[in-house]
Amino acid sequence: MENLIGLLIAAPLLGAAVLLLGGRRLDKAGHWLGTLFAAASFGIGVALFTDMLGRGAEDRTLHEKLYTWIPVEGFQADVAFQLDQLSMTFVLLISGVGTLIHIYSIGYMEHDERRRRFFGYLNLFLAAMLLLVLADNYLLLYVGWEGVGLASYLLIGFWQHKPSAATAAKKAFLVNRVGDMGLSIAIMLLFTTFGTFAFGPVFASVGNATEGKLTAIALMLLLAACGKSAQVPLQSWLGDAMEGPTPVSALIHAATMVTAGVYLIVRSAAVFNGAPDAQLVVTVVGAVTLIFGAIVGCAKDDIKKALAGSTMSQIGYMILAAGLGPVGYVFAIMHLVTHGFFKAGLFLGAGSVMHGMNDEVDMRKYGALRKFMPVTFVTFGLGYLAIIGFPGLSGFFSKDMIIEAAFAKGGTQGWILGGVALLGAGITAFYMTRVMLLTFFGEKRWQPDAQGHEPHPHESPSSMTIPMIILAFGSVFAGAFFEIGERFLKWLEPVTGYEHGNSPVSAMAVTASTMVVLVVGVALAWSMYGRRPVPVVAPRGSLLTRAARRDLYQDDFNHVVLVRGGEHLTRSLVYLDHSLVDGVVNGTAAAVGGASGRLRKLQNGYARSYAVSMFGGTAILVAATLLMRAV
Amino acid sequence: MSFPLLTVTAAVPAVGAVLTAAVPAARRTAAKWLALLFSLATLALAVLVAVRFEPGGARYQLTESHAWIADFGVRYELGVDGIGVALIALTALLIPFVIGAGWNDADPLETSSSRWRPTQGFFALILMVEAMVIISFEATDVFLFYIFFEAMLIPMYFLIGGFGDRAHAGSDENAAAQRSYAAVKFLLYNLVGGLIMLAAVIGLYVVAGNFSLQEITAARAAGTLDMATNTERLLFLGFFFAFAVKAPLWPLHTWLPNAMGEATAPVAVLITAVVDKVGTFAMLRFCLGLFPEASKWATPAILVLALISIVYGALVAVGQRDIKRLVAYASISHFGFIIMGIFAMTSQGQSGATLYMVNHGISTAALMLVAGFLISRRGSRLIADYGGVQKVAPVLAGTFLIGGLATLSLPGLAPFVSEFLVLVGTFARYPVIGIIATIGIVLAALYTLVLYQRTMTGPVKAEVSGMHDLRLREVLVVAPLIVLLIGLGVYPKPLTQIVNPAVEHTMSDVHEKDPKPQVAVEAKNGEAAK
Amino acid sequence: MNPVNYLYLAALLFTIGAAGVLIRKNAIVLFMCVELMLNACNLAFVAFSRMHGNLDGQIIAFFTMVVAAAEVVVGLAIIVSMFRTRHSASVDDASLMKL
Repeated sequence: MENLIGLLIAAPLLGAAVLLLGGRRLDKAGHWLGTLFAAASFGIGVALFTDMLGRGAEDRTLHEKLYTWIPVEGFQADVAFQLDQLSMTFVLLISGVGTLIHIYSIGYMEHDERRRRFFGYLNLFLAAMLLLVLADNYLLLYVGWEGVGLASYLLIGFWQHKPSAATAAKKAFLVNRVGDMGLSIAIMLLFTTFGTFAFGPVFASVGNATEGKLTAIALMLLLAACGKSAQVPLQSWLGDAMEGPTPVSALIHAATMVTAGVYLIVRSAAVFNGAPDAQLVVTVVGAVTLIFGAIVGCAKDDIKKALAGSTMSQIGYMILAAGLGPVGYVFAIMHLVTHGFFKAGLFLGAGSVMHGMNDEVDMRKYGALRKFMPVTFVTFGLGYLAIIGFPGLSGFFSKDMIIEAAFAKGGTQGWILGGVALLGAGITAFYMTRVMLLTFFGEKRWQPDAQGHEPHPHESPSSMTIPMIILAFGSVFAGAFFEIGERFLKWLEPVTGYEHGNSPVSAMAVTASTMVVLVVGVALAWSMYGRRPVPVVAPRGSLLTRAARRDLYQDDFNHVVLVRGGEHLTRSLVYLDHSLVDGVVNGTAAAVGGASGRLRKLQNGYARSYAVSMFGGTAILVAATLLMRAV
Repeated sequence: MSFPLLTVTAAVPAVGAVLTAAVPAARRTAAKWLALLFSLATLALAVLVAVRFEPGGARYQLTESHAWIADFGVRYELGVDGIGVALIALTALLIPFVIGAGWNDADPLETSSSRWRPTQGFFALILMVEAMVIISFEATDVFLFYIFFEAMLIPMYFLIGGFGDRAHAGSDENAAAQRSYAAVKFLLYNLVGGLIMLAAVIGLYVVAGNFSLQEITAARAAGTLDMATNTERLLFLGFFFAFAVKAPLWPLHTWLPNAMGEATAPVAVLITAVVDKVGTFAMLRFCLGLFPEASKWATPAILVLALISIVYGALVAVGQRDIKRLVAYASISHFGFIIMGIFAMTSQGQSGATLYMVNHGISTAALMLVAGFLISRRGSRLIADYGGVQKVAPVLAGTFLIGGLATLSLPGLAPFVSEFLVLVGTFARYPVIGIIATIGIVLAALYTLVLYQRTMTGPVKAEVSGMHDLRLREVLVVAPLIVLLIGLGVYPKPLTQIVNPAVEHTMSDVHEKDPKPQVAVEAKNGEAAK
Repeated sequence: MNPVNYLYLAALLFTIGAAGVLIRKNAIVLFMCVELMLNACNLAFVAFSRMHGNLDGQIIAFFTMVVAAAEVVVGLAIIVSMFRTRHSASVDDASLMKL
């Protein structure tokens, strides 16, 4: 079975190569080929999964070493894979949701002349993401890590002719690179500390390293996670990333790639467990982002940006859970999987809406769409119920567990983190209800555009609705399926470890208070957007609303401090390079030139003056000789 | 006597140069094919050198030794170690691409009716440079090395000054003035470096009594040749200065942007990917081998200069408006990495630096040659004159992007391997410098992606709309480079295999050992830990 | 007679010649002064030859005469052509070959 692990990655990689190098003759069949390769990967994943289930909990981990990648004295990097329960979970999520989104894209991208290339990029993404979760050492993980970054860059900027898309793509890559700096420093620290960066030996020997070292490594890993998972302070790229086609937002910027940071932290559990200070920072980052994303999500009128804020916030939950240590690892991953279902479903629903509305994204110009798009409405609605944590649906279970675990942290920290998580649940209910009401309820608010075209909302083709239906099923039942008999816990525990936290608040009380904030959030949203008509042009809003619309001024901050500052710095350096460094050189040249200009005056052309200098010289020579003799 | 393979490898391009130059004016195309043929023959010989070289064998192999100027102990001594083999292979590999990319760059203008034969001269000069570079990589006699180190300036001078980029913003007269400024600047910088080195070469002879690298290195290692501390330091500085000019290291770098900007793209590749490598190669072979103690003494200062090069080069690259100058400043940043790796004094750093020389050669060639194709289509080097090229020439844009991604060291492509090794090697001994150098990673992404965004994306500019995509000749030039970038990124073992033993020798020259991991590594589940 | 006296004479002739080269402008006079210096040297060579009792000095003197003769041929030709073009034999007029 080990040999199949490589194939898991090879299938979509081959797909990407075929589609990108194949040229125009593959234009007709490209999307089918791409979907086929993705499905093949999913099929192999399922085969490996059934094989894994057939074995005992203790020997489910598979290793496959392909070859030695970088053999240098004292430095061993292998191309080797490790498939355990954690990777398996990701493999199924990535290839499963990935395949669904491939199918969806067949319909969504139908009218795009570069559809073949789109599928090539999607396949490239799948390969990189699978490499990321299957690598058995940090350096190979880094390859996947940057690979998904590249795929994300290419896909965000897929509509390159739009300057905004190109800028967003560049921004995403750059912000991620800052995170990557953290990952590479972490790998260097691991190497100098342990002499290796393979998971097995490192995790087995963390006990020998000092806490300071582990904290440094953990913080650097956190920086990497912040970049990839759009956590504060590296969150600014995610909103702009919505410039990409909607299937991309669903797959990369909701379900899979952005959760890579959570994977990194959970995978490095051994390191984080040895660094309590770093864990505290992780929880703080998670809590701050959770609120930050939720607030941003409340104010956006662009449906995709509202969902992006929500993604940020939900990943905040996962990071928070991962920061709690063994109490939370399993729930972080569980929320990650259920989030993968309902958020992908929500994005696909949003894509379906845009598809029917001539690519309009402003929710204030929607309204009453439930009549025109019944399937989209139902699937989106189920996703909505799942994300706000409606009892019995998947978000309910996974989010509840995280809130409970946060309280279990104990002491003041526990109360603060638990309170924040609870507050976040309320805000989630508010902004998701707002999205729902603005889009599907109320009166129709769309108008003819400048050319007089009025949108004719219609249901999307079945290639788009079927994936939405499947994801809606997942959103509804995944949580319950995982939770009954603690299936998910038992599945992951051998890898991540688990200890039951003792919450100062009983589980019932947590659930009850979650329900209360949920109802408050929904009611508040209804009173603002359901009871009275929604203005098509956004009102000015309160100070907080205006701040949230501008992403709490994060971009303005970046612009003033980094972009402007950077521009000044580079401009002055270019100037200095020209005037100072080069100036010294040119100045020397000018000085030499000037001096020889003076000396040139001695050559006056008069033969007799040359004769004088000759005689003078001879006289000096003779005098010197005589003088030397005398001495 | 065995077959003098190294001499032949260097002689073939030299013979090719003479024959190419002798082709009559009317037979221009024949001259091009002749040059290509000879460069391919050199490549075949270089491959033979690599095959005949045994990684586990003696330090210098395929050696040749003949008396030359007996009175001064100058010998004609050749020999290659793994580092030399790698760089000879790089040189021999790149020249056919340089010739292929510059196929039409030196055609006489239709308006000119002079009897001068520019095409023949262009290709002959390129082959001449190749011959001299190869012999510098082979020479194990300091004096012999010096001669060719300096002599290659002459053909380079004519290549820069005589065959400028036709895409120039100003008038022809202005272009000629800028070109000759760049050529003279190149020559003067390198001559000054060379003269200081000459003084050091003579000084070395006075101290050691001969010019043989192997003998002096062995004597230094065995302790039979003592140098006064100050003498060694001065001699080291003399050598290092020349190499730092050629490499180029901040603040001796300003000739490079001028030279690369004014020269045609293939010549720019020749400068940065091939000729400059002689500088970094010589640091590794001569500075460390001949003056181990002084090298260690100078390490902190050199590392700081290298670090400045990395960050400064990248920052200035961000602010460039000219595509070729941007690539030049990016190269300065990369040379900072190479020099940092050499002087980090760890196996990873030095192996990384050697790989970096090869990988940087390939990646810059890919980026610069595609940039050259782009520039030749639009006739402008200014970034602002482009926009939306991706729409009209997707293959060109795609290859440009891959070249750019290689420049920013994307994992999976060859430069990543070397850059990471350099960083790890530096970090192991100098953590702070290693961490600051990682800023280079972010800045590299910045200048590459800004360049790509401004030229390739966005609305299609009117002047760009009629642009051709890559032609077959151009694809043939770029595709193998991209295949190599991916191949060496995924499987660098063939290269590390020949480089590693040479690095071990260098490490023992300077009496250094790698830092040990700080904690013991436990065996996992009963498996033996490595 | 004391051969040293010949040396005094040679020194005197040389000084006259040198002074003439430095002071006079006319190319012909200049030329004669150069010849005077050459002959002063010849005299000194011969005198030394006599003093040291070997023939080296006399051989050198012959060489000098041959060279001087050749020089006269070339030099006079230059002066004549200069006079033809400029109608003057002043060396100060021929100062154009400077930068």
